[in-house]
Amino acid sequence: MKKEEQNDARNPIEGLLRMDRMPHIWCPGCGIGTVVTSFAEAVKKNNEDLNKLTVVSGIGCTGRVAGYVKLDSFHTTHGRAIPFATGLKLANPDIKVVVFSGDGDLAGIGGNHLIHAARRNMDILVICVNNFNYAMTGGQVAATTPKGANASTAPYGNFENAFSLPYLVDAAGATYVARWTCLHLRRVTKSIQEALNHRGFSFIEVITPCVTLYARRNRLGDGLNLLKYYYDNSEIQHGADTKTLDIDYQGKLIVGKFIDKEKPTFLDAMDTHLNEVIGDDYQLYGRLNDD
Amino acid sequence: MTDIRFSGYGGQGVIRMGLIIGKALSLYDNKYATMTQSFGPEARGSACSSQLVVSEDRVLYPYIITPEILVSMSQEAYDKYEPELKDNSIMITDNDLVKLKPLKRKIKIYSVPATRFAEELGNRIIANLVMIGFFASITKIASQDSIKKALPGLVPDRFLNLNIKAFDKGFEYGLKFLKKESNKKP
Amino acid sequence: MKKVKADPKGVLTGSHYMDGDFALAEGGLAAGCRFFGGYPITPSTETAERFSERIPMVGGVFIQMEDELASIISMIGAVWGGKKAMTVTSGPGFSLMMENIGLAAITETPLVIANVQRGGPSTGLPTLPGQQDMMQARWGSHGDYNIIALSPDSPQECFDLTIKAFNLSEIYRVPVFIMTDECIGHMHEKVVIPPAEEIEVVERKWYTGPKDKYLPFKLDKDGIPFMVKAGDGYRFHITGLTHDERGYPLLNSKAQDIKVRHIVDKINDNADKIIILEEEDIDGADIVVISYGITSRVAFRAVQTARKAGIKVGTIRLITVWPFPEKLINKLAKKVKAFVFPEINYGQMVREVERSSAGQTKVFPVHHCGGGVHNPDDIFKVIKEAAK
Repeated sequence: MKKEEQNDARNPIEGLLRMDRMPHIWCPGCGIGTVVTSFAEAVKKNNEDLNKLTVVSGIGCTGRVAGYVKLDSFHTTHGRAIPFATGLKLANPDIKVVVFSGDGDLAGIGGNHLIHAARRNMDILVICVNNFNYAMTGGQVAATTPKGANASTAPYGNFENAFSLPYLVDAAGATYVARWTCLHLRRVTKSIQEALNHRGFSFIEVITPCVTLYARRNRLGDGLNLLKYYYDNSEIQHGADTKTLDIDYQGKLIVGKFIDKEKPTFLDAMDTHLNEVIGDDYQLYGRLNDD
Repeated sequence: MTDIRFSGYGGQGVIRMGLIIGKALSLYDNKYATMTQSFGPEARGSACSSQLVVSEDRVLYPYIITPEILVSMSQEAYDKYEPELKDNSIMITDNDLVKLKPLKRKIKIYSVPATRFAEELGNRIIANLVMIGFFASITKIASQDSIKKALPGLVPDRFLNLNIKAFDKGFEYGLKFLKKESNKKP
Repeated sequence: MKKVKADPKGVLTGSHYMDGDFALAEGGLAAGCRFFGGYPITPSTETAERFSERIPMVGGVFIQMEDELASIISMIGAVWGGKKAMTVTSGPGFSLMMENIGLAAITETPLVIANVQRGGPSTGLPTLPGQQDMMQARWGSHGDYNIIALSPDSPQECFDLTIKAFNLSEIYRVPVFIMTDECIGHMHEKVVIPPAEEIEVVERKWYTGPKDKYLPFKLDKDGIPFMVKAGDGYRFHITGLTHDERGYPLLNSKAQDIKVRHIVDKINDNADKIIILEEEDIDGADIVVISYGITSRVAFRAVQTARKAGIKVGTIRLITVWPFPEKLINKLAKKVKAFVFPEINYGQMVREVERSSAGQTKVFPVHHCGGGVHNPDDIFKVIKEAAK
């Protein structure tokens, strides 16, 4: 019964999904699906050319997104979605490359790639679904787990400091940074729309419930309870200083668009620089001339 | 087969010397010449060297075992590599930089104030080319033309003429040296 | 298989005095490599340096990635973006690449990695040669898969075999390794680069059928699936999970059996076509010296000495090291008194000789644990002993 309902609910974005792969593996109450819906909406509203839009994922629950979108899509290895996307984008600058993955994949094992892609202002969009734990493997502590939260490898509570992802990527050089919860469906959609049109490294963090593991282990209730927590505690502060975005356990969630600025992308910088230094012998490579 | 070692301290261009002679021999003199060099911290200071194995046939063993010719442009390199020399080998030094020890073996010694000549020509950085010129006239292993042909790409374009001048200076000094030597003979 | 002439933009025709590392880069450019994702590591760095200098004039991208994990996967991304890609590394970096070599294997992604081997394990001997990653090249990533590895004996072969490596990687859609070493990487010798029209380059096996009929892993008549690239409207899916012809995850033992056998057997079944080696005086030889890479040059010197001493010695130089020529060795094992196998490690490829010989003859390894090449006398001594 549930399956049918879901399929009906997703009808409008069916063209973007591999329906032959449904049902998906995500748990009831999981927020990943709603982020995918926002993505699909954004793609539709932007009228993106589906033949030129690519999704790359790493490993984990969100890593499965690449398998469900009916686009050129790559499900890579754990932590390596961003450098894969980097190679893909550089090899074929005409396509738009979206990395869809989780917090453990992007900020834990893949953290080094995250900051370097931001530093280079690589022209890709990274959508990071943050559920505060490693869910696919059973709810282990992550680089994003708030201090005090319980996890299967932090059974006495987490005592490590958590990354504030918008602060991290801002410091590294990202040129579009936003954070939402999956309750903010339309805002997520709008951010994805903007980021798809943004040239440079875009990063959207979406906080989502992991009902089966994080919420259950921490006795936070079901999906609805978590959405209520987001509703009660999130505060929109566009342009907020990214230094102020730490997330305490069940504390305030500052959301919004924090950064949106212009800077040459890796390829723009490469073309401009090499053209200037080498001159006529340089074989123009990127998209410098097409707009 | 001839084994040659060029030695000095990092920054004198001793690797470049191996490259120039190796290129001249293998591209323009129809010889096989395999060059290997010291890598790591020693190539960036202290005693460093490049090694050249020259042969009519393909070089199999790539490293030199006992050099027939040792070129030393620093005291440290001379002290380090001189003991490798066997009887009848050739030792070429910059006599302003290398103080020779008393000889125990039959080694032919040829010296040139390469660094001083280079300074007179305007830049001590081309001392290695003076040395190559001297080396060429003394050993005749690689021809003068081939060496000059080998220079583009191995020395900066804008200093090509200066490098050729340095080479000629060393080469002429070598010829004079040989003449003097043959005059000395009874 | 579609063969074309090399793109002249990448071909530096002429005679050069060049080291092995530079020759790897020139070989890659000549073969049509237009993406290099690299990370500096001694003694391979010069290849990356050469590439970064040359690629702007050839029309491609060089990017120095943040580590070797990133450099290999950026290549896999670039290949699915339509480019030919290569990188170069040495032991520690090769170790870091292992996981994604498995991804390249299971997704049948053609790419080329040169390993300029140094002494190991760990940081070991960064500036000195070794041949200690030979087994790692074949078995280093987890699971069952297959690869091709070539071993050049000179800067000239670094150039020639890099082109060959690219061609093999495209024909079989497989990662191909060039297993060279510090000695050759840093050795300068004459390298002749022919005119572009004399260099044969294998094009990617592009799919040309109807878009909605494309199946990324459906085998063609030759047993190799067709490829497409992102952005051309196929809207295909690629995953490192075990998958079916559509590229969709299929996590059961039957799908696994089909996948594993395919990626292993496509190389084994074509081994006769892939294997290149040089034989000399094998007929009637009492002793056959087998070697590869720099060691084969040193070994030939020992062989010359042995022949002067009256020993009947034949030689085999492995140019393709993986797949290993097990049929040939097995056949020879019936005839010869012994095999002698010098290599710069504590016994790696020699295990393949022992396995292939299957007890039919004696096998004498000549070990050198890295940091130099063998003294030819040490090899000669073993030949003498083997001939007794």
